[in-house]
Amino acid sequence: MAESALTKKRTGWRVKLEPRLDEPTGKESLLISLGAVVVALILGGVVIAVVGGNPFASYLHIARAAFGNIGVLSDTIVKATPIILTALACTIAFRMKLWNIGAEGQFIMGAWGASAIVLAPVLAPESPRWMFIPLMALAGMGMGALWGLVPGYLKAKFNVNEIISSLMLNYIAVSWVNYWIFGVWSEGGFQMSPKFPVNASLPRLSDYAETIPFFRGLTTHAGLIFGILAAIALWYIVYRSRWGYEIRLIGDNPHAAKYAGVNIVKNTILVMALSGALAGLGGMSEVSGVIRRLQTAPINAGYGFTGIIVAWLAKLNPLAIIVVSILFGALILAGREIQPSGIPKMIQGIILVCLIASDFLLRYRVRFVKGEEE
Amino acid sequence: MDPIIILQAGVATGTVLLFATLGEVLAERSGVLNLGVEGMMLIGAMTAFSATIATGNPWIGVLAAMIVAGLLSQIHAFISITLQADQVVSGLALTLVGAGISLVLGEGLSKAGTVSLMPNFSIPLLSLIPILGPIFFTNQSVLVYIGYLLTPLAWYYINHTRPGLHLRAVGEYPSAADALGINVFRLRYAYVFVGGMLAGLGGASISLAVAPGWFSELTTGGQGWIAVGLVIFAQWDPIRAAIGSYAFGALRRLILDIQGPLTLLGFDNPFYYNSYLGFFLQMIPYAFTVIVLVIGSRESIRKRLGAPAALGVPYIRGERGK
Repeated sequence: MAESALTKKRTGWRVKLEPRLDEPTGKESLLISLGAVVVALILGGVVIAVVGGNPFASYLHIARAAFGNIGVLSDTIVKATPIILTALACTIAFRMKLWNIGAEGQFIMGAWGASAIVLAPVLAPESPRWMFIPLMALAGMGMGALWGLVPGYLKAKFNVNEIISSLMLNYIAVSWVNYWIFGVWSEGGFQMSPKFPVNASLPRLSDYAETIPFFRGLTTHAGLIFGILAAIALWYIVYRSRWGYEIRLIGDNPHAAKYAGVNIVKNTILVMALSGALAGLGGMSEVSGVIRRLQTAPINAGYGFTGIIVAWLAKLNPLAIIVVSILFGALILAGREIQPSGIPKMIQGIILVCLIASDFLLRYRVRFVKGEEE
Repeated sequence: MDPIIILQAGVATGTVLLFATLGEVLAERSGVLNLGVEGMMLIGAMTAFSATIATGNPWIGVLAAMIVAGLLSQIHAFISITLQADQVVSGLALTLVGAGISLVLGEGLSKAGTVSLMPNFSIPLLSLIPILGPIFFTNQSVLVYIGYLLTPLAWYYINHTRPGLHLRAVGEYPSAADALGINVFRLRYAYVFVGGMLAGLGGASISLAVAPGWFSELTTGGQGWIAVGLVIFAQWDPIRAAIGSYAFGALRRLILDIQGPLTLLGFDNPFYYNSYLGFFLQMIPYAFTVIVLVIGSRESIRKRLGAPAALGVPYIRGERGK
């Protein structure tokens, strides 16, 4: 008798969904995101195992190849630097529910703009660094902003879907840069420009190895400073400024924003331009700090798309982006050596899928309740 | 630069876009925006190619592509319909996942060499019609002919059948449809699945007919996104989707052919003498998509037409409003 009552009770358990009335706490939200990433890694591991790989070896390899010593940690940070800037670019646009997925193209155009200062040339090769770097950064941000402005303007004036227009501009940016690399700035027929002069390159830690021996061989470059400063500035804009309040208001409730007298047309164009400028700065930092020449393959490596995932994982918080970018930098750095070569990209995609699915838990509370179905 | 050949090739290559666009029209008509078309096409192209290698039968390849892409689409269906998440981000994630999985599973396929492709043939009598015969009915892939059948069928289905009426109701006013006893959730799942199958068919048309082989992400080269754009241009109408798709196909062929002749309209052909200008030609389909979007968006404002009213909005039972 007692036993049957027990089993009856056990079968009486069921899952109940209740809409959350309150915002989930930061800790809950962090746990849910972490859980989503863990689930994604397990799913990714299953696919790796299906194609005949060893998921444990793959993940261990990623961890070791990305954080194993100070040298590879520095390389991880180098990979994280462009992601920080593209993720910031996505964040400011996504805050307003503007789906700028053209950060990839804005990044590429930023790289081109910065390169044009060196290759056109706007400045003579022997010009000092304090002239080169700011001018290249401005040119990169300018070209990125232009590439963000076009879909922003079309959205604001003609209600053109910014997702598709910003994505189409990615392809146009690749062709544009290819034209210059192959046709105008090619070095001896190769598919790359000549190397930049030293003063057009962002300083690396290893440049100071003579005074500080510890820095020997470390590739981390000054672009990281751009990323961190931009993150702090964006945090201030989003959470502390009137403009940021307007952006969040439009994102959360465009009708309320309109009645409150917020200029949606102007903000759409401005935010898309700012978004593009941030991605463009990322492109500048990559050509000047890492590649030190204009070349298509390394700048067209998908940083813009990774930025989307990082922005989402960081819950559109500019400061959290720095941390998340380093994790994704690790995935990309270490993933280069893993076969099949599509694995890092696949894992990124699966992470995004799991993250979006997990957002459900932020809106609903899952309860296990006793009793019969009412 | 023979216009007949350009149009004939345009119909052949445009068939890829046609399938993907028709699929997206159906999904969006049910109220679900699926931005994962590019990913579903990639996985379709990869599946079709590798299943054909394995079995030697391209029909099995096509079927496998449709099933696999349809199954992939159900990830988006689950996240956006059941979990009510943002459809934009979910679709984007589907594209990334589809691309990633096809890269992983398609590793090494690019070296696989040739497979048996979908058959080409001419239609007797119809191919004898002047101009139209050579363009539409001469030496086209069987997939092209399937496209001719599918387009009017989809149009008739959406506009003149009872299930089509239900489809439109679910996309325009889901709570009313629900009140009439139509299962909104089940229908949306079904049409996202159909959309996925058609995107997979589009991908299979690339790898088994238009540009045979597997070239990783270059296989589709953004055609999934162009299809999403074409849906807006098409105003969610299958007939306009076909016109747009074929026009895009012809444009792609024109870009290739324009680099051939020594003179163009009596002038020296700049694209012949400076091959680097070809990079600007490559931009044209993407720039054209943006222009087409502007036209589509302006027209929908002027004619007060437009997207299904519930497009992109998750249906939550018992909530106020639509």
